[in-house]
Amino acid sequence: MLEITNLHAKVEDNEILRGIDLKVNAGEVHAIMGPNGSGKSTLAGVLAGRPIYEVTAGGVTYDGKDLLGLSPEDRAREGLFLAFQYPVEIPGVSNMYFLRSALNTGRRHRGLDELDAMDFLRMVRGKMKLLGMDESLMNRSVNEGFSGGEKKRNEIFQMAVLEPRLAILDETDSGLDIDALKVVAEGVNALRAPQRAIIVVTHYQRLINYIVPDFVHVLYNGRIVKSGDRQLALELEQKGYGWLGIPNGTLSPAAVAGAESVLAR
Amino acid sequence: MSTTREIEALANQEYKWGFVTPVAEDSVPAGLNEDVIALISAKKQEPEFMLEWRLKAYRQWLKMTEPTWANVHYPPIDYQAIVYYSAPKTQKDGPQSLDELDPELIRTYEKLGIPLREQELLAGVAVDAVFDSVSVATTFKEKLAEMGIIFCSFSEAVREHSELVKKYLGSVVPSSDNFFAALNAAVFSDGSFCYVPKGVRCPMELSTYFRINAKDTGQFERTLIIADEGAYASYLEGCTAPIRDTNQLHAAVVELVAHDNATIKYATVQNWYPGDKEGRGGIYNFVTKRGKCLGVNSKISWTQVETGSAITWKYPGCLLVGDNSVGEFYSVALTNNYQQADTGTKMIHIGKNTKSTIISKGISAGHGQNTYRGMVKIQKSAEGARNYSQCDSLLIGDKCGAHTFPYLEVKNAGAQVEHEASTSKIGEDQIFYCRQRGMSTEDAVSMIVNGFCKQVFRKLPMEFAVEAQKLLGVSLEGSVG
Repeated sequence: MLEITNLHAKVEDNEILRGIDLKVNAGEVHAIMGPNGSGKSTLAGVLAGRPIYEVTAGGVTYDGKDLLGLSPEDRAREGLFLAFQYPVEIPGVSNMYFLRSALNTGRRHRGLDELDAMDFLRMVRGKMKLLGMDESLMNRSVNEGFSGGEKKRNEIFQMAVLEPRLAILDETDSGLDIDALKVVAEGVNALRAPQRAIIVVTHYQRLINYIVPDFVHVLYNGRIVKSGDRQLALELEQKGYGWLGIPNGTLSPAAVAGAESVLAR
Repeated sequence: MSTTREIEALANQEYKWGFVTPVAEDSVPAGLNEDVIALISAKKQEPEFMLEWRLKAYRQWLKMTEPTWANVHYPPIDYQAIVYYSAPKTQKDGPQSLDELDPELIRTYEKLGIPLREQELLAGVAVDAVFDSVSVATTFKEKLAEMGIIFCSFSEAVREHSELVKKYLGSVVPSSDNFFAALNAAVFSDGSFCYVPKGVRCPMELSTYFRINAKDTGQFERTLIIADEGAYASYLEGCTAPIRDTNQLHAAVVELVAHDNATIKYATVQNWYPGDKEGRGGIYNFVTKRGKCLGVNSKISWTQVETGSAITWKYPGCLLVGDNSVGEFYSVALTNNYQQADTGTKMIHIGKNTKSTIISKGISAGHGQNTYRGMVKIQKSAEGARNYSQCDSLLIGDKCGAHTFPYLEVKNAGAQVEHEASTSKIGEDQIFYCRQRGMSTEDAVSMIVNGFCKQVFRKLPMEFAVEAQKLLGVSLEGSVG
């Protein structure tokens, strides 16, 4: 479904990705782990088409198509979904209206009829329950005044409604307490399906205790330095990244200056 | 950054509603003197008091100077080069029905999407349509008349209801109020008049569409709305204008009077020609709008969506005279390309327990400059007065500007005055978030801007709100960055 070949990307003048190779098939769950500044969020952003990143070499195919040649909205309409590390607030636009607009652009793209407000509500009720989304959250402005946990839950709720074929979860566990983490993980697990691939980007082992991946990759300094199965994640948990020759607490300065500050602003 | 460029590219669309209707004009020569004023008054068959009032205003105007305090810049206006009166020729005898109208005129309205017939039949809106300077169609008048409501052109009111006009004209905006109001008082051409008698609730939205069509003809509209005790009126005003190379001056005056327990709502969607992408042409809109809450428990509410004009100078305000009276101002002002807007409100608290609310949303795109200027004045007599002001600015791109000038004058220590202000930039992260969910950049910007304006739009009547949202989308096209 997704094939990344020798992918290089930079932000402003900082090269962050330095040759990523990765293949993801339908039905698989991949975890991408690594210390801060290793390029995890950059990889997620490049796949989604975030304009701040510039691809300098390599390529990505998605269902045989040149993914990098598609606009961000076309990638979304083709079924690529990014659960944001920092979900964005849009004051004055109700969560319900936003999500219905998103769903309907996708439906139009696939030649389906648009859903009106009533049909939409019927359709999302069950999914709200799945993620423990209170109806009041639907009528509030997108992410405005949401707690950290509510924002992350809202991302996974959007994913449940939009039913993407490739979902990328960028640090979805950050800022969640254990109960919220379980709810979110259950939501994601319910969406595991043979036709769907999921890439989970995370710093910690914690999330993948609940969303059990088929493959684990360790990203460091813009490259995948080790790949394995779930066992790899458990070893990392015990031994730390130092075990792979990655100095503990190492932050690649260029990456930190570039990616993290831009993403966090 | 590609998003910025894309957004900027969105702003480069031409004004969609610019066209000129070939209608024969009956104009007075350019320039202003007492003879021209007498001619205007004579052409309109006005009673003597009206001419005297105009001449008095003209003499005051001669002694006044054009205000320079607003944060807008434009070349000097040659007041002697302006044509102060023109009327479509075919209207001399006054049409008795829509069928008598110049078909070209009807087509103009249809191009604007406001077919009178459809409005009459479907929307239940009484339309007093001003084409250039003479009212050419008034509908639903009979129905309103049955309830005792007078809704007619200003010229007709001067002739048919001169006692009311005499009583209220200039009672809220005196002819000496300011330079542009004085000019208007001297030369005003036409406009709307509405009187809602005691205890009557006007059953429909009253509506006027203005157009400026005669070349180089300044438009000097005058509107007067009176709600007697316990009456209710809601008035909608919408404007578009054809493309012009030369600037056109517009100096309107609107006066509202609300007696005891009366309510007036006045909503404007203004979309005059803003000039081209380089800032050439466009309407100069220097407007004085004011309401007087004369009676106890009276209420006046202004809602405006300002997307057009090269220059906007406009401060719809309320004089809160009656105890417990309420003034409201809800505004969306958008400036794109080289548009300049200096707009806001004045809330003057005089009566006890008077209350005012100000919600202002300014959007600047392109090289647009958007200024909020608002005054809240609490007089000593205004025991228990309260005001809440909120001014938010949204910037699109990095060549535009937003400015806020709140003036507070509180002379009663018991008054409560709150002011909140914010300035934000439309975020690339917001746009990317929407795009990642499948929306185009254009739709994303439109959604974000409409969200920003929601507090104001929900104050508009439903169908007007829809129109306003569309207008905002059109006005933003090619402007975002």
